[in-house]
Amino acid sequence: MSTATILLITASFLASAVEMVEALTIVLAVSLTRGWKIALLGAGAGLACLAIIVATLGPSLVRVVPLRGLQVVIGALLLIFGLQWLRKAVLRASGRTALHDEDLAFRREVAELAGTGSATAFDWTGFVVAFKGVFLEGLEVAFIVLTLSAHAGRFGPSTAGAIAAFVLVGGAGLVVHRPLSRVPENGIKFGVGVALTSFGTFWSGEGIGITWTLGDVMLPLFIVFYAVLALLLARWLGEPHTPRLRAQPIGGE
Amino acid sequence: MTMRWISGFGHFWYDFIVGDSVVLAAGGVGVLLLGALLVGVGATPAAEVMLPLAVGVTLAVSLRGTGPPSS
Repeated sequence: MSTATILLITASFLASAVEMVEALTIVLAVSLTRGWKIALLGAGAGLACLAIIVATLGPSLVRVVPLRGLQVVIGALLLIFGLQWLRKAVLRASGRTALHDEDLAFRREVAELAGTGSATAFDWTGFVVAFKGVFLEGLEVAFIVLTLSAHAGRFGPSTAGAIAAFVLVGGAGLVVHRPLSRVPENGIKFGVGVALTSFGTFWSGEGIGITWTLGDVMLPLFIVFYAVLALLLARWLGEPHTPRLRAQPIGGE
Repeated sequence: MTMRWISGFGHFWYDFIVGDSVVLAAGGVGVLLLGALLVGVGATPAAEVMLPLAVGVTLAVSLRGTGPPSS
């Protein structure tokens, strides 16, 4: 194997892995908060749409799909959705809103199901968030593979790098899912709010034409920034983790 | 049946985007418009700094009214 081929595989592997970790973060977030079935369904639908687009357009994908427009729309939706979660998490952490009472939530859910006789309500919110994350990141992986392939004049090495990244990142997701599911619910929701807000800022920024000075390194910086800000706001609003109110009706996230 | 589906679809997107704080939805869109304006006039570095800061301010403003503890 030539040095050029090894470099091509490595470049595709690393670039694809970065995008796939981003998609995995969102799928894990949905899985932990809305359930793994809806997360996998959304991710699967995202992958299926991506496969159809890539198979249909092939190498002309890079010219046809308006990546910037998609980044603005998806980024803006994630940003607003993430901020909603973060706001609720800050209110819960400060004690301004009751922390979720799981037993109460369970009893209410059972009562609702018994009342309606229907257990098939589809969780569109979880589905859409997982779908968007996988679709946009998958599109970026496709762009990376196609661009590298076009420069090299062959598809094999960059495709192999992307497949290796998919296997590795997917495996990592399976390993970390169980430990993450033991983290307290409000902590998870706090983290999800921070993550979605960070991704939303990053993508929508790219969509409106910002080239982030530090590239993908900006993402962890955003995560730290928003986490610190949210903790400070929670502290300002009240004593952390001390509910001031009685348990309230459970609704949405 | 169709009307119910359209109504449900509209309701889903309203809940998804606006939720229980219209400040976040309006603020999020406003921040992006401001960022696009800065990029448009060539002030991309300023937009890079402004975007996360303005998002943070939007979050803080959305919490206004829930107020700090009075005692």
